[in-house]
Amino acid sequence: MELSSLTIDAVRSAVQERKITATSLAEAFYTKIEKDDPKIGAYLILSKERALAKAAEIDASAVKGDKLPPLAGVPVGIKDVMMTCGVRTTAGSKVLGNYIPPYDCTAVARMEAAGAVVLGKLNCDEFAMGSSNENSAWRPVHNPRDLSRVPGGSSGGSAAAVAADMAVATLGSDTGGSIRQPASFCGVVGLMPTYGRVSRYGLIAFASSLDRIGPLTKTVKDAATVLRTIAGRDPMDATSADVPVPDYVAELEKPVRGLKLGVAKEYFGEGLDPEVRKSVESAVQKLAASGCEIVPVSLPHTEYAIPTYYILATAEASSNLARFDGVRYGYRARDARTLSEMYRRTRGQGFGTEVKRRIMLGTYALSAGYYDAYYLKAQKVRTLLARDFEEAFKNVDAIVTPTSPTAAFKLGEKVDDPLSMYLADIFTVTADLAGIPGISIPCGETKDNLPIGLQILGKHFDEATILRVAHAYEAEHGVKN
Amino acid sequence: MKMKVTEKDVANVADLANLELTEAERAVLLRDLNSILDYIDRLNQLDTTEVPPMAQVSDRYGIDQSKTGSERFAYSSREDVLEGLRKSLPHNVALQNAPDSDGTFFKVPKVIEK
Repeated sequence: MELSSLTIDAVRSAVQERKITATSLAEAFYTKIEKDDPKIGAYLILSKERALAKAAEIDASAVKGDKLPPLAGVPVGIKDVMMTCGVRTTAGSKVLGNYIPPYDCTAVARMEAAGAVVLGKLNCDEFAMGSSNENSAWRPVHNPRDLSRVPGGSSGGSAAAVAADMAVATLGSDTGGSIRQPASFCGVVGLMPTYGRVSRYGLIAFASSLDRIGPLTKTVKDAATVLRTIAGRDPMDATSADVPVPDYVAELEKPVRGLKLGVAKEYFGEGLDPEVRKSVESAVQKLAASGCEIVPVSLPHTEYAIPTYYILATAEASSNLARFDGVRYGYRARDARTLSEMYRRTRGQGFGTEVKRRIMLGTYALSAGYYDAYYLKAQKVRTLLARDFEEAFKNVDAIVTPTSPTAAFKLGEKVDDPLSMYLADIFTVTADLAGIPGISIPCGETKDNLPIGLQILGKHFDEATILRVAHAYEAEHGVKN
Repeated sequence: MKMKVTEKDVANVADLANLELTEAERAVLLRDLNSILDYIDRLNQLDTTEVPPMAQVSDRYGIDQSKTGSERFAYSSREDVLEGLRKSLPHNVALQNAPDSDGTFFKVPKVIEK
């Protein structure tokens, strides 16, 4: 069985028709991981016992002739910021190095309930803070397309595992671009759903007004299948929305002719790599040729998105990460004589450089005398950024942009310059701040064979339209596996 | 140009955040915080006097557009019940990740500093 050609439907049918067993497939993936992952570094923890137990259960159902659920036997990987009961979960941080969660993240539980086989936990930037995966406390991830380059971040392991055929689908999380940017860098599909579309129960919090869970897959249809599985209200997450979940897969086949697609000049300005520009402009023309109407739109506050994001995200992070104090779980500094010293040493020793930088920035922005100047100001500019999209979506059904201003950069290239690393998120943070959904799909390659991503942004709770546009593009022009 | 953040600020903020930093870390953070905050200053180009703050996505896009504020979260409220949606973690499970415990309580170093 050729692992690179496997999609969710292909696996499910093969297991249903008993052409393969879920068990042999999981074992084949583990063999592949053991062979290829040492040079990539996508997996942090393998959950073999749990995976093989699930696979055996699926195989038993198949033997009985039961109708198998949509993800039956599908080998998946989970970003290590999502809790897995009994399976070590570290959020890429030393501070949670030995943490064994006592319950499952809802999104993971829903994947397993739909038949998915969880192979293991995927590498990521520490607490999902980063754009290159170099902030993992354990090891960096190498881009499977060029091992000297980063896979993007923070869901770098999730993107690399799909790109290197070490999982059929993975879950990632997106706070400033962390699903879409690595998807773009590794040449896979990455979907960030609307804020509230997918429960965050069991997701280790980074910035709660922004964090979202979504799939990384080889095809748009697989992304639609995973979204259909994990979306919908969860009583354990008060921010999960009580909005009906459409059949995203059925919606894919609706025609795109007549849809209005916005193109914003603010996403094609200075700093956009010429090869990326050419590829994305050509993708827009192809969508026009498929019958979409291309409409110029303006998102005038785009240049303020990065400074807004780095105030709000770090302020929320400084609060969320206060829980790592060495008392109830996680790392504890052993040499402290008082409680206060124990807190400070635990956090000083347990957190990595970037996490400390963000806690410091966020704490500063929230501290007395600076709250109005930074935090409140950024919240107001967030309103302006949201209004930009509200205005644009009065005239268009979706907006198409580059996912990232460049293709994957080299490992080490930006590590010493946090600001230049932050600017890698310039086209993705806007959707996080506004709460709208976005998808990145491969739309071409640079002359060095590095993937380029096309981003499609949609209205709140209108994942169906962006998936449909992405599917139409992929069907006509997609890279064939 | 005047630095926004001084060495003393870095020490104060580290104190607020309960972070013990090495001297080298403080020096790097002094440089980084100043450079990042300089960049963030561009927000002041915008007049936001009349703009309301957006703390949550649902501030603007609730499910029921006719409702505002916490009313928009009405779907997520429920009656108080003795046992919630899920039973609390059993005592031993809640303690299983503790760095130090006596089997009943979490143990920590001395609280009162004198």
